[in-house]
Amino acid sequence: MNNRDDILARVRRNQPPAVALPEVPLFDGVVHDFKTNLERMGGEFLQGEPAALIRAKFPHARVICSATPEVAGNRPLPDDPKALADVDLGVVRARFGVAETGSVWLSEAEFEVNALGFLPQHLVVLLDPKAIVANLHHAYRQPGFREARYAVLMTGPSATADIEGILVRGAQGIRSLTVIAC
Amino acid sequence: MKIGLFIPCYVDAFFPEIGVATLELLERLGLAVHYPLDQTCCGQPLANSGCHADAAPVERLFARNFRKLDYVVTPSGSCAHHVRQHLTAIEQTPEVAKLRASTFELCEFLHDVLRVSEFPWAKFPHKVGLHIGCATLRGLGEASTSEIAGARHSKPLALLSAVKGVQVVKPARVDECCGFGGTFSVTEEPVSARMGQDKVRDHHGAGAEYIVTPDPSCLMHQKGCAERLALPLKFIHIAQVLNGARA
Amino acid sequence: MKRVDHAEASSRFIAAREHVEFHDKRLWDLRQKRDREAEAIPEWEELRTLASSIKEHTLSHLGDYLEQFERNAIANGMQVHWALDAAEHNQIVYQLLRSHGATVLVKSKSMLTDECEMRPFLETRGIQIIETDLGERIQQLDDEPPSHIVVPAVHKLRGDVAQVFSRTIGTDARKSDVPYLAESQRQHTRPYYLKAGAGMTGANFAVAETGSFVVCTNEGNADLSANLPKLHIASIGIEKLIPRLADLGVFVRMLSRSALGSPITQITSHFRAPRPGTEIHVVLVDNGRSERLGMDGFWRSLKCIRCGACMNTCPVYRRSGGLSYGATYSGPIGVIIDPTFNLRKYSALPFASTLNGSCTAVCPVKIDIHDQIYRWRQVIAERGQLPMVKQEAMRMAGKVLASPKLYRLAVKAAQAGLDHLPRSMIYNPLNAWGRQREVPKAPKQSFREWYLKHR
Repeated sequence: MNNRDDILARVRRNQPPAVALPEVPLFDGVVHDFKTNLERMGGEFLQGEPAALIRAKFPHARVICSATPEVAGNRPLPDDPKALADVDLGVVRARFGVAETGSVWLSEAEFEVNALGFLPQHLVVLLDPKAIVANLHHAYRQPGFREARYAVLMTGPSATADIEGILVRGAQGIRSLTVIAC
Repeated sequence: MKIGLFIPCYVDAFFPEIGVATLELLERLGLAVHYPLDQTCCGQPLANSGCHADAAPVERLFARNFRKLDYVVTPSGSCAHHVRQHLTAIEQTPEVAKLRASTFELCEFLHDVLRVSEFPWAKFPHKVGLHIGCATLRGLGEASTSEIAGARHSKPLALLSAVKGVQVVKPARVDECCGFGGTFSVTEEPVSARMGQDKVRDHHGAGAEYIVTPDPSCLMHQKGCAERLALPLKFIHIAQVLNGARA
Repeated sequence: MKRVDHAEASSRFIAAREHVEFHDKRLWDLRQKRDREAEAIPEWEELRTLASSIKEHTLSHLGDYLEQFERNAIANGMQVHWALDAAEHNQIVYQLLRSHGATVLVKSKSMLTDECEMRPFLETRGIQIIETDLGERIQQLDDEPPSHIVVPAVHKLRGDVAQVFSRTIGTDARKSDVPYLAESQRQHTRPYYLKAGAGMTGANFAVAETGSFVVCTNEGNADLSANLPKLHIASIGIEKLIPRLADLGVFVRMLSRSALGSPITQITSHFRAPRPGTEIHVVLVDNGRSERLGMDGFWRSLKCIRCGACMNTCPVYRRSGGLSYGATYSGPIGVIIDPTFNLRKYSALPFASTLNGSCTAVCPVKIDIHDQIYRWRQVIAERGQLPMVKQEAMRMAGKVLASPKLYRLAVKAAQAGLDHLPRSMIYNPLNAWGRQREVPKAPKQSFREWYLKHR
C-alpha cells in the first residue's frame, strides 16, 4: 500500500460519526466602512486623480512599475519577478474591496507579476468604490477565487509586532499601501 | 423539602464558620436541613488528579450519605461542579443521577430554587471584590464570563447586591483564575502562587477591603497569598455576608 | 524518555521578573483586543458554532475531502505528496529540493515543519534555511523553538533580541529600539528571497472544492517566499481541510480576530495553481493525526486553526512561558495534543492547568479544551504515568476520604499540627503550599464538632 492509500485508509477507519455541514449565511447585519477599516490596518485611503496623488505622495520615487494602463510607470513590468527588487513604487488596480476589513483583492490578472505586491517598497492600489463588497462572506462568493492561480486580500502594508508587541509597518513586504478610489 | 447540607472536607476542617453560616442561612429561610454525620468529601481532588479508581469509594460514600434528599446544598462551587458534572467513577444508577442533578452550590440554590431576593437581616458596609471561582463561573455557569460577548448576568452578584451597604469594586481582570486549581496549588506551586499574588494585588488595586466568594478553596489560596504579601485585604465567604455577618 | 517538568521550568521563567511581567501583560493585551473584536461582531457566537460544525463535518468526512482536494489540486497543476510521518515529510521535502538543485530555502512560519523537526534534518544535508517571519527568525538565530504558535518570540524582550541579532546578523548590540531591529532583519532577509532556490509555506486552510490553500500572514514574507523562487513547497496537516470557499468567510473572519485582535491578517493569500514556469508541491502530512481522529474524547482537538487564543487567555501559560511545556505545541492546545505524540514525556502537561475553562470559552472552533485536559489526566493515571509520589498520595487520600472514621482522625491531626507545630516546621521546604502562602489557622473545632454541640 502506498502512503496515500495508507493515510486515507487510516483516516476512514477512524472518522467519527457524520456531522452535518451547515450553510454559511451572508451576515448582512452590520454596515462596514472601508476607509475606516483600511486606516485601522495601516493603509491610506485617497480620492482623486491617481497620477497627481502619486506625484504628491511619492515625490522621491525613482523607479515606478505600473500594472495598470491608467498610471504610467517609468519602467515596464519585468518577466522575472526578481527584477522588481529595486522598485520604489508599484501601482495596480484591484478587482474589488472588502468593507469589513479594508482589504483589496488582487490576483495574477491584476499584478501581472505577483511579486509586484511585495517586493517594491510601496504600493498604490486603484479601487472602484462601487466594487466594494460588504464583508468576507460576500468576498468569498466572488468568482475570482475559483479562477485565479493566486489571489490575495491585501489589508494595509506588511507589518510585524513580533518584538514586544510594538507595531512596525514595513516588515518584509511593502512599507505602505495607499488605496485610491477612482 | 428535604435539604442535605454538604460541608466539604477542607471547610469542615479549616473554615467551620462557613459551614455554620450556610446552615444558619438555610434555617433562617425556613428550611429543614439535614447534615449527614458520616460525610467526608465528594471525590473531587482524586478525580481531578485522574485517579478515578481512588475516587470511586469516596463518591460511593458521598452518594450513600446524601441519598433520598430533595436537594443537596454546599458552600463550595467546585464541589457542586464535581458532583454535577464529574461524579462518574461509580455506577450511574437512577438514584445517583438524581442526586447529581439535585446538588447545588449555595448561590444558585438561593437564586434559582428558593428565588431569594432579599436579606433584610444582612448589612455589609464595605468595599467588596467578588471572586467567583472558575468551576462556579464557567463550570456551573453562574455568571456571564468576559470571553463571551453579550448581556451580563451573575447570580452571586445579584444576591450580594441585595445586602445593604455592599459596594462592589471590580478588579481589572474581572474573571481571571486565581490559581488554586486543587493539587495544582502544590504540584505547580510557582505558577499557582504567582497567579494568586496577581489576583489579590488586582483586587487590592481596585480598592477592595474584602474579597467575598462562593468558593472557599479560592479563598484559602488567596488569603494565604495576601497574608504573605501583607496586603490589607480581608476574606469572607458569601454565605457569611448573606447570613448577616457585619465584618 | 524523560518527563517534561513544567513546574520546574516555570519557576525559572517566573524568576526573571521583568520577563514574566511583560509576557503576562502582552498576552493579556491580545486577549482584550480579541474581546473587543468579538463584541463588535453581533454574530460572533454564531460564527463559532458554524466554525465548529464545519470542522466537525469535515473531520467526519475527511477521507472524501482529502481526495477531493487532491483531485482538484492536481487538475489545477499542483503536485500532491502524502507523508505518513515526520520522517517521510522531511524526506519528501529534501528530495524536492535536491531534484530542483535548491540549496537555499526561504520559508514562512509553519508549526508543522517544527513538529517534524525539519530544519535540523535539512541543515545536516547542506540546505541553508532562512526563517523569514521575524519572530521565528529570532528563535532560529537563538537556537530555540518558538514559544508561541503565533508570536514565536513573545517571551523575549527587545534587549534579548538585540543580543541575538548582534551575535548573528551583526546589528549594534547597544541599539535595541524595535524599529531598528525589525528593519535590520528586513535588510538582512530580503536578499535571500532573490537567491533562494525554493520557498516554503505552511497553510492555514486547504479548500477541497477548489484544490487551493490559504496562507494568512502579516509580514509579506510568505508571499515573497512563494512568488519569487520557481519552487513552492507547502506542508499541510491533513486536518487543515475545509469543504468550500464559502467556509473561508467564517474562518478568516475569526482567525486574526482571535489571534491578535485584528480584523484580518495584513495578507491573506490563496494558492490554487503555480505561476507559469514554476511548480507548487503540496505535502499532506498525517504524523499521528489519523490516529488522533479515532480517539474518542480527543479527536475534536483536530478542529484547531492555530490562532493561539487559548494560549493568550491561559493564566498558566502567561506565567510560565511557552518553552516550559518542552513541546512544539504549548499552552492549552499543546496540553491536549502533546500527549498523543508521547504520553510519558508529556504526562505532566495536563496537570499544568487549573481547569479554569477560559481556553474553551475563547476557542473560535469550540474545542472542549479543558474537558480534554481533565480526560487526559484520567488516561495518564490509568496508564500508570503519574509520578509515584502523587499516585501514592492519591491512594492514601482515597482510603482516608472513603472512611468517615479515618477522615475524622485526619481532621484532628491536621488541626493539631497547625495548632501546635512551630512555624519553622510548618513552613519547611517540603511544604509547597507554604513557600509563598500562609496556611489557614486551625479553628477550635471542626464544623462537624460544632454541629454536634449546637444542633
